Amino acid sequence: MKETRAKYWRKSLNLSEFKIPKGKIHILKDRCKGCGFCVEYCPNNVLELSEKFNAKGYHPPKIVNENDCVNCGLCEMVCPDFAIWCTLDKEVCLES
Amino acid sequence: MAKKKIEPHPMENILRMDRIPHIWCPACGIGTAVTSFASALEKLKVNLDEVCVVSGIGCTGRVAGYTKVDSFHTTHGRAIAYATGVKLGNPKMKVIVFSGDGDIIAIGGNHFMHAARRNIDITVICVNNFIYAMTGGQVAPTTPLTAYATTSPFGNIEPPYNIPRLAEACGAVYVARWTALHVRRLTNSIVEAIQKPGFSVVEVISPCAQYYSRINRLGDGLDMMRFYHDNAVIKHNEPTENLDIDYQKQIIMGKFIDREKPTYIERYNEWLSESKPKKK
Ligand SMILES: Cc1ncc(C[n+]2csc(CCOP(=O)(O)OP(=O)(O)O)c2C)c(N)n1
Ligand code: SF4
Ligand code: SF4
Ligand code: SF4
Ligand SMILES: [Mg+2]
Repeated sequence: MKETRAKYWRKSLNLSEFKIPKGKIHILKDRCKGCGFCVEYCPNNVLELSEKFNAKGYHPPKIVNENDCVNCGLCEMVCPDFAIWCTLDKEVCLES
Repeated sequence: MAKKKIEPHPMENILRMDRIPHIWCPACGIGTAVTSFASALEKLKVNLDEVCVVSGIGCTGRVAGYTKVDSFHTTHGRAIAYATGVKLGNPKMKVIVFSGDGDIIAIGGNHFMHAARRNIDITVICVNNFIYAMTGGQVAPTTPLTAYATTSPFGNIEPPYNIPRLAEACGAVYVARWTALHVRRLTNSIVEAIQKPGFSVVEVISPCAQYYSRINRLGDGLDMMRFYHDNAVIKHNEPTENLDIDYQKQIIMGKFIDREKPTYIERYNEWLSESKPKKK
């Protein structure tokens, strides 16, 4: 079923007009209390808790694939310690 | 030691980052509720000089001290009474009471009832962590039946208040409930509540990782967030009688009440403008 439908798929003519945002993540490691909320709720699995300790003895998050960050801002919203946020780096075309 | 300059957080203009790290435990939901509140202020584009945050006592009561607007850290249970004074003294202020379930519903329950009855134009953000957290996890009037607390070592036998039902019965014009996980919807509700003329209430179900979840062996704050993810359902306009929270059962969230009523100040101004009865 899937295969037969696939042959009718067309490439949208204005595909090049669609852009996806790329985010730049900022982490204040020493402010983090290692709750893991940002790691759990990042929709693109951009973050992981680091093995290293911060100054207070918690494991802050580390960035494992920043390329997948879409600047959705969820990590910033769920962080109870104001330790992580994201800014728009650039917008890239869907085609590329 | 020279202080290292740290990158500015995007909410630097609303929160007092010089006082952060805050006192809240790892994985406590209060910080997340504060972020939602700060984003709501950002969305509203209000003049921050016309915003006042009033808190009582408790872990949640510390919120007033972290906001970069006029704020009062008041006595236990009296936040709504102070807020009423601020609003009547300077009606152009947007007054937000940000406090805990114990502060607002237990010791401050009477102020809650009467501010709702009078329809004082303030917004109450009540962080409900089912417990008196700051003082060591005592049972609160919001603790679910059978849940353990330091003062209910055999399980709670007192039926809890259903905050939205109480708010509706007392006269609130806007009532919503979200969890600390549902940050975007919570933010939108806070925006609506602040815009709404009259007494508005937003309840935030929030993990207390230090007492409630530890005493009840429910894991840490992240486990509580996972519980909300799996067990909280959105039912807008649900009759408030169905909003009781049973121990580790489904939590119904949404906007339940949004109605129009003249506010206290509107009634007062109307009275002023009418010809007054002559003294005998
Ligand atoms: C008049 C008075 N009685 C009792 C206390 C002790 N006390 C401080 S905070 C608190 C309860 C706070 O519970 P809640 O409002 O739910 O806040 P939480 O810490 O859970 O955020 C109590 C009973 C007090 N400070 N003042
Ligand atoms: S902004 Fe969104 S995608 Fe990027 S790290 Fe944060 S949660 Fe993940
Ligand atoms: S949500 Fe914040 S405090 Fe929790 S692990 Fe991530 S950066 Fe640290
Ligand atoms: S005791 Fe509970 S409510 Fe208070 S800061 Fe700690 S986790 Fe939060
Ligand atoms: Mg409490």
